Amino acid sequence: MTTSTSLGYLIALPLAGAVILLLAGRRADKWGHLLATALSASSFGVGIYQLTQMLAREPEERAFSQKLFSWISVGTFNVDAGLLLDQLSICFVLLITGVGTLIHIYSISYMSHDRDRRRFFAYLNLFIAAMLLLVLGDSYLNLYVGWEGVGLASYLLIGFWNQKPAYATASKKAFVMNRIGDMGLSFAIMIAFATLGTVSFSGVKEASETASTAALTGIGLMLLVAAAGKSAQFPLQAWLGDAMAGPTPVSALIHAATMVTAGVYLITRSNFIFDAAPTAQLLVVIVGAVTLIFGALVGTAKDDIKKALAASTMSQIGYMILAAGLGPAGYAFAIMHLLTHGFFKAGMFLGAGSVMHGMNDQVNMRRYGALRKFMPITFATFGLGYLAIIGVPPFAGFYSKDAIIETAFNAGGIKGILLGSTALLGAAITAFYMTRVMVLTFTSPERWEEDQHPHESPFLMWLPMAVLAVGSVTTGYLFTRGDGLVHWLEPVFGEHGEHEEFLPAIIVSGMAITAVIIGVSIALIKYQFSDVDAEAPENVTEFTRVARKDLLQDSFNEALFMRPGQVLTRFFVKVDDSVVDGTVRLVGRTALNAGSELRKTQTGFARSYAALILIGAVVLIAAVWVVTQ
Amino acid sequence: MNPYNYLYLAALLFTIGAVGVVVRRNAIVVFMCVELMLNAANLTLVTFSRINGTLDGQVVAFFTMVVAACEVVVGLAIIVTIYRSRRSASVDDASLLKR
Amino acid sequence: MLEIQTPETIMFWVLAPLSVIAALGMLLVKKAVHSALLLAWVMITLAIFYIAQDALFLGIVQIVVYTGAVMMLFLFILMLVGVDASDSLTETISRLRPIAITAAVGFGGLFVSLIGRASLGRDAVGLTAANANGNVEGLAAKLFSTYVFPFEVVSALLITAALGAMVLAHHQRSVARPTQREQSIARFRTGSLAGAAGLPSPGVYARHNAVDVPALLPDGSAAPTSISATLKARGDILESRSFELGEVDNTVAEEK
Repeated sequence: MTTSTSLGYLIALPLAGAVILLLAGRRADKWGHLLATALSASSFGVGIYQLTQMLAREPEERAFSQKLFSWISVGTFNVDAGLLLDQLSICFVLLITGVGTLIHIYSISYMSHDRDRRRFFAYLNLFIAAMLLLVLGDSYLNLYVGWEGVGLASYLLIGFWNQKPAYATASKKAFVMNRIGDMGLSFAIMIAFATLGTVSFSGVKEASETASTAALTGIGLMLLVAAAGKSAQFPLQAWLGDAMAGPTPVSALIHAATMVTAGVYLITRSNFIFDAAPTAQLLVVIVGAVTLIFGALVGTAKDDIKKALAASTMSQIGYMILAAGLGPAGYAFAIMHLLTHGFFKAGMFLGAGSVMHGMNDQVNMRRYGALRKFMPITFATFGLGYLAIIGVPPFAGFYSKDAIIETAFNAGGIKGILLGSTALLGAAITAFYMTRVMVLTFTSPERWEEDQHPHESPFLMWLPMAVLAVGSVTTGYLFTRGDGLVHWLEPVFGEHGEHEEFLPAIIVSGMAITAVIIGVSIALIKYQFSDVDAEAPENVTEFTRVARKDLLQDSFNEALFMRPGQVLTRFFVKVDDSVVDGTVRLVGRTALNAGSELRKTQTGFARSYAALILIGAVVLIAAVWVVTQ
Repeated sequence: MNPYNYLYLAALLFTIGAVGVVVRRNAIVVFMCVELMLNAANLTLVTFSRINGTLDGQVVAFFTMVVAACEVVVGLAIIVTIYRSRRSASVDDASLLKR
Repeated sequence: MLEIQTPETIMFWVLAPLSVIAALGMLLVKKAVHSALLLAWVMITLAIFYIAQDALFLGIVQIVVYTGAVMMLFLFILMLVGVDASDSLTETISRLRPIAITAAVGFGGLFVSLIGRASLGRDAVGLTAANANGNVEGLAAKLFSTYVFPFEVVSALLITAALGAMVLAHHQRSVARPTQREQSIARFRTGSLAGAAGLPSPGVYARHNAVDVPALLPDGSAAPTSISATLKARGDILESRSFELGEVDNTVAEEK
């Protein structure tokens, strides 16, 4: 493992930006955003530099590490604040800093009318720094610091416009559900330390070869809980829709490209644990499959463009988790899909922001329509992202999604068939609802409200969208050419291995394309070639009603957790009031009553006092009498 | 003649005096009951002096008498003074320390 | 244990019950003077007991000082305060009497039981040896040797008590005492000359001369100024109705 001295800069640059902008206050309003973007870009530059360093070496020697300082040293528990940059981390580093910088540029224009723009950039930089720490940490504990940091940044950014109570509540909801995931990660770290004695990645990797399956399964399950919380997987997915309350750049960066992929990073980084704990791995695929379908179904009924894209994100990450649960065969494809998804989803979110910008912050797709003519660049970039996500060759999504579907089928047996079919079904539904979004927004006749003047967005807004669109087109081919990404990641994940093909690859691709065509057609028939209501229709099927309510996820959470929690809290408040406070009041009341009663002995009559003296004398004599018995 | 009989008598007189202090309302009668108690104590002292065969008991009884006399002098003067200002010799009337 | 000495036993068993009855009586009688007299009887009984126990000096001192001086002092004060003053037997402070009686019974019972259990582990010695030179000489020997310091302190106490009594009884005049001349002038300077010749003395003229019977005015009614204010305040005035003249003839007889 080579030591490097420049890894720290990756984190330090954006962190410095956040600190400077937050401490400088209003003085920095004029130049704060530029400084933040510059620092983010310089971090990207350092990342590129690291990549070149890595490319110049042999595959086995490509990992760099840097120890910043000795953090915890208590008895046998030693954790250093150390950084590890290997082939897996560099993918994330470049994604985070690259897409992050593009979104910084976009935000300069998008947030130009907001008087808190400087604070926004400070939080963006903070997020970049925390996410980099997450992917660069060399132990679970260091990862946890970054994990918490991105949770904080997410909270701050979702609730950025906290003047609106609904937005503040949404950020709280995101934070609280994230917290459940964080508990999972804490438990995983605790179990790791208790059973394996170490929490660093290298240490756990070594220890996992000899550890008991029960311990590893426990760790794996806890890690899955953490990943579900952060990546909005079932059952902790309810926060992602509400998180769209934040500004669109936030949704693009955090809730499409980077933070929500942290769960995937965690699982793939812990590949040695999951490979040794088949039960945990099985649960991972189940969670991924369920979420995949869940997100897709929700996405079909959403009229809010951002919420539809959020549901789509949930579904796509389901694909990634599904792939990650398929063992060494799937890890690389999960990462590939993650990277391509980062491009096209971020691009589509930025496009949605551009549409909203042009339509006076209207988000209801039923009020869009015919924007193709008025916002051509947005239409083009959004369209390329759309083609990527539904998996049309030769765009990025096709390569990555197709690989996942193949690997699912190749898992063998009933499991393979089930997973593969689920993935295919998901692909069909994805094609349906993404086409719905495209049609409702760009190609269907206009259904605008009064006083709408849609116009193209300024240069600083469409430039990042264009760059991301280019990525959506090319990255797929680049990663797959000669199994490039797979081989690049092999030192981290182990040998990819040859697997028995369940079906020939070409058949699987054909099935996938067929599913896509079916989905697209249904959507076109329903939305392009028929009239679309400007208001959401009332008499719809029960399924549509349920899907509009996010498949009742909030009702479920409320009934199962919130109401019992409220009952419990009310009970405790009552206990506190009556028992605890009651005891205190009882003490007070007793003192008061004792005082009142004792006061009655002060009659003022000398004879009563004399009687008391007599009684006292009797007591004394009685004591003497007893003692001398 | 068991000298201890005198002790029983003294105990009895002392008790009667104690009750009298509590029960009677006239200040002078209360005072007289206090004198009764002192006398009972004197009887005890003299009896013990006889039992032990030394005169210390009698000397202490003697001192008790002197002190009792002084106490009577000053106490009655106080009672007279109170009577002069309050026109009443009842112990219950001086109850200003009532709660 | 000394031999049973019959005379002392008889005397004890006669006088002790009497003294207890007297003490109880002192507790229970209404009039304060009766209580004082009963107490005097108890003290005399005790003096007899002292003498019976070879405390000759003390017995005589008990009669002379206690019964003679202290009880007489009590009686003087009683007369000063009001010889008629009697406590009502009803108790004003609730539950005091039962509490006191219970406490007393407990007290007495415990005392008696303790004395019954107590024992000095040897026979009573008796004072024949200590009184070898005479009781007074023996006492003096003790008093001026072992107990000389308490003796001095007690004498200081006596002086202090006497001084205290004088201070308490002293009546500081806030105005100068009016002289004879001033009093005479004041008598004649008041509105009416009714008091010029001095206040009427109590007692119905030529019919009664008790201190607590008011004098009669010429019209037959009682003269309020003829009775001491103290008696009036105490309400000790006797009804003068039986002494008043029913009809008074105010006419002046014709000059014969």
